[in-house]
Amino acid sequence: MTDTSRARPAPRRRPRPGLIAARNILVYLAKAPTSAFGLLVLALLILAAVFAPLLATHDPYAQNLTTTLQPPGAAHFFGTDELGRDIYSRLLFGARITLTIIFLVTIVVGPIGLLVGTVAGYFGGRTDTVLMRVTDIFLSFPSLILSMAFVAALGPSLNNAIIAISLTAWPPIARLARAETMIFRQADYIAAARLQGASNARIIWRSIVPMCLPSVLIRLTLNMATVILTAAGLGFLGLGAQPPLPEWGAMIATGRRYMIDSWWLVTFPGLAILSVSLAFNLLGDGLRDALDPKQMTRR
Amino acid sequence: MSHPILDVAGLTVRYPGAAQPAVRGVSFQLGRERLGIVGESGSGKSTVGRALMRLLPGAEVSAERMRFEEVDLTAATERQMLKIRGARMSMILQDPKFSLNPIRRCGLQIEEAYRTHVRSSRAEARARALAMLEAVQIRDPERVYDLYPHEVSGGMGQRVMIAMMLLTDPDLVIADEPTSALDVTVRLQVLKILDDLVREKGIGLIMISHDLNLVRNFCDRVLIMYAGRVVETLAARDLDRAQHPYTRGLLAAQPRIGGKRAPLPVLQREAAWNEDREEMA
Amino acid sequence: MKALSVEKMSIRFGSVTVLPEVSFEVAAGECFGLVGESGSGKSTVLRCASLLLSSWQGEVRIGGVPVREMPLMERCRTLQMVFQDPYGSLHPRHSIRSVLSEPLRIHGLDDREARMAQALEDVGLPPDFLDRYPHQLSGGQRQRVAIARALILEPAVLLLDEPTSALDVSVQAEILNLLARLREERSFTYLMVSHDLAVIDHMCDRFAVMQAGEIVEVLPRDAIPSNQADAPYARELIGASLTYERAL
Repeated sequence: MTDTSRARPAPRRRPRPGLIAARNILVYLAKAPTSAFGLLVLALLILAAVFAPLLATHDPYAQNLTTTLQPPGAAHFFGTDELGRDIYSRLLFGARITLTIIFLVTIVVGPIGLLVGTVAGYFGGRTDTVLMRVTDIFLSFPSLILSMAFVAALGPSLNNAIIAISLTAWPPIARLARAETMIFRQADYIAAARLQGASNARIIWRSIVPMCLPSVLIRLTLNMATVILTAAGLGFLGLGAQPPLPEWGAMIATGRRYMIDSWWLVTFPGLAILSVSLAFNLLGDGLRDALDPKQMTRR
Repeated sequence: MSHPILDVAGLTVRYPGAAQPAVRGVSFQLGRERLGIVGESGSGKSTVGRALMRLLPGAEVSAERMRFEEVDLTAATERQMLKIRGARMSMILQDPKFSLNPIRRCGLQIEEAYRTHVRSSRAEARARALAMLEAVQIRDPERVYDLYPHEVSGGMGQRVMIAMMLLTDPDLVIADEPTSALDVTVRLQVLKILDDLVREKGIGLIMISHDLNLVRNFCDRVLIMYAGRVVETLAARDLDRAQHPYTRGLLAAQPRIGGKRAPLPVLQREAAWNEDREEMA
Repeated sequence: MKALSVEKMSIRFGSVTVLPEVSFEVAAGECFGLVGESGSGKSTVLRCASLLLSSWQGEVRIGGVPVREMPLMERCRTLQMVFQDPYGSLHPRHSIRSVLSEPLRIHGLDDREARMAQALEDVGLPPDFLDRYPHQLSGGQRQRVAIARALILEPAVLLLDEPTSALDVSVQAEILNLLARLREERSFTYLMVSHDLAVIDHMCDRFAVMQAGEIVEVLPRDAIPSNQADAPYARELIGASLTYERAL
C-alpha cells in the first residue's frame, strides 16, 4: 500500500551532529573560568606527556651521584633527587605514566560499568539483584585496600595497579548507569522500540546507552581524581609503578626520607598530583553543566 | 468599573535569553468579576498570572501600570509582596500533587497558610481550616484534615488547595489551569465549588486556561491571548460571536459532541496576528 | 483490515487487581474508543494488548490469531501504538531519520529512503525533516513523526493512547484529521483511549466506558448526545461531559 517506487534524491549529509555537539561543549567549558582551568591543566598534561623527550632537560633515568639533592636552580629547574636525577624531567615523563593509567582505567571502567548498570537496570528482577549484589561487594571495600589486596596477590607492577584500580572503580559507574536506566526504561520511546521488534540488546545499545552516556562521562571525569590519587597511593606504598619508573606517587615515596632537608623532592610531584586531580574535578563539574539537558536544548 | 481590583497596562515580560518577550503589552482591568485568560501553550497566559504575583525571578517585567487595589505592583518591595501574596492575592495551580507539601498533613498546611497571614491561636486556625474544608464540600473534614496529600484524590487535593487559598479572604484569586489534571466528572464539581465561593465572597477571579468550554461556562469576560498578546476581549456569552480569526479558529477546531464527522477546520495562523496593535483591552 | 477481540483480559500488580476481567470486540476497520477516569485501566488494556505488559491472563486476537502466538516480527507488523506524550515517545538523541529507519532495519525491509519519505508524506511532513531532532519540532510535529513511525511497518491495527491530550486544540484538530484520513485511506482498525468524550464522539463508531478496570457499558457513538447510557457511571460521565460542553 505504500508507494515505494518513487526514488528520492539522497539527502545531503550535514556535518556530523556529534562533532557539533563536541565543539559546543568545548566552547561552553572554555567559557567558565573553573572548567577552563581544568581544560588548561589537562592540555598541559597531554602536551608534557607527548613532548616529554623535547621538553626534558635531562634523561629521567640518568643518575649523577655528584649532583644529588640539588635545590631548584638554573641547571635543574625543580632540583635533583637522592640519585642526582632531574626532577623536572622525571615529572614530564611521569605525566606519561599518569595519562596511561587514566586512559586504561577509563576504557576498562566505562564500558564495564555501563554494561553492568544498563543490563541490571533494564532487565530488573533477578538479573538486577545478582549484578547489583556483586557491585555492592566491590563497593563495600575501601578502594585503596581492595587495590592493595589485588596488587599483593598479582605482584606489584604498574599494569597490576591499573587492573586493581579498574576493579575498584567500576561499581559507582554501574550504580549510576543502573539508576539512570531504571528511569529511561519506563519511557515511551523504549516501549515504541519494543513494539517495533527491537531486541533487548538493541534497545540497550541504541536507546539506553546514549541516554546514560553524559552522566557516566561526568562521573568518569570526576572519578579520575580518585584514580590518580589511588595510583599515587599505590606507588607511594611501593605497590604500583616500580623504581626507577618516574611515577609521581613513587617519587614522593622515595623523596619522603629527605623531605625535611630537601623539600623539593616531595613538593613538585605533590603539586603535580594536586593540580591534575583538581583539574579533573573542575572539568567534571563543568561537564555536568555543559551536558545538562536544559543546556542541550538551548544548543 | 469604578474601583477595579486590578489595573494592568502595557505588561511586558521577557525571559532571559529569549528572543521574543513572552508577554507583550498586555492591558486589562479586573473588577469583582471572573475573567478568563485563554490561549494555547506558549501564548504567555501563565506568565501573566505569575507576573501579577511577582513570581518570575530572573525575568524582565515591565509595565506602564500594574496596580492591585492601592498597591503599585511594579514598585512594591518583596516585603510588601510577602504580605500580599497568599493573603490578599492567591494562586491555585494546576496539579495539587505538586503544589501541596508531600510530607505534611493537608490540614496543617491550610492552618499554617492561615496563621502566616492572620494572627490567631492554633485552635482558632484549626477551626477555620475545618470550616473551610466543609465549605469546599469535603464531607468529613476532620478525617481529611489528618491525611497526607498522597492519600487524597486529585479532586480532593484541588479542593484542599482552594480551601487553603480562600481561607485568608483574598480579593483576587488567580487560578492557573485549576482543573486540567482532573477528570471531567470531578472537574465540574471543583469548578462549581470555586465558582460559588468566588461569587459569594465577591472575589475577583482570573481563570487561566487553554479550555474554551471552561471559560465559557465559568467566566464573565474572556481575554484571548496569542503569542504574548491579547488579540481579543469578549464577554464569555459572546464567545461564539468572536471577531478575531484566531478565536474563531480555536472554536472551530474543537471537536463537539454530536458534531459533524467532517474534518475539523484547521487553524491557519497568520503573521499579522503577531503585529502590535494599539488597543486597550 | 483485521478485527480485534479482547477476551477476559485480567491483570494484577502485586495485590492490586488493575483489570478484573475485560472483554470487548472491535470490528475490522472500526474505531473503538475506551473512556474512563484516570486510573480506570484504559491505558493498561492497550499495554496488555500490545504485550508491553505480558503478565496478564486471557486472550487478545487480531484477525482471529492470538497475539501471544504471533511471531514477534509478525506481531510488530500487525499492531502498532501511538503514545500520549509526544515529548516522551521520541528518543531525544535520535534524529527523525533514525527513528524511522530503525524499524525498517529491524525488519530487514529494503527501499528505506523511499519508505521513510512516503511515511513522512503520509503524515504531512516535508522530507527534509528526516535530519531533524525531536527537540527541533513542535508537539504536533512530533506526534506526526510518532504516527509515521507506527505506519512505517504497515500494521493493520493501531492502538492510540490519548494521542491528542497533550496537544493544543488547534494541533489536536490537525492530528485527529490526520488519523481520520489515514483510517479512510488504509482502513485501519483503531483502538483509541481518551478521556475526552468530544474526541471519542468525533472519531469513534463505538466506545466502552471503563470504571475501576471494568467495562461498565459499551455504547454506540449516537448514544452520547442524548445520553442513552444505562449504567449509572456511564450516565454520569456522559452527563458531565455534556454539561461541560453546554450541548444540552
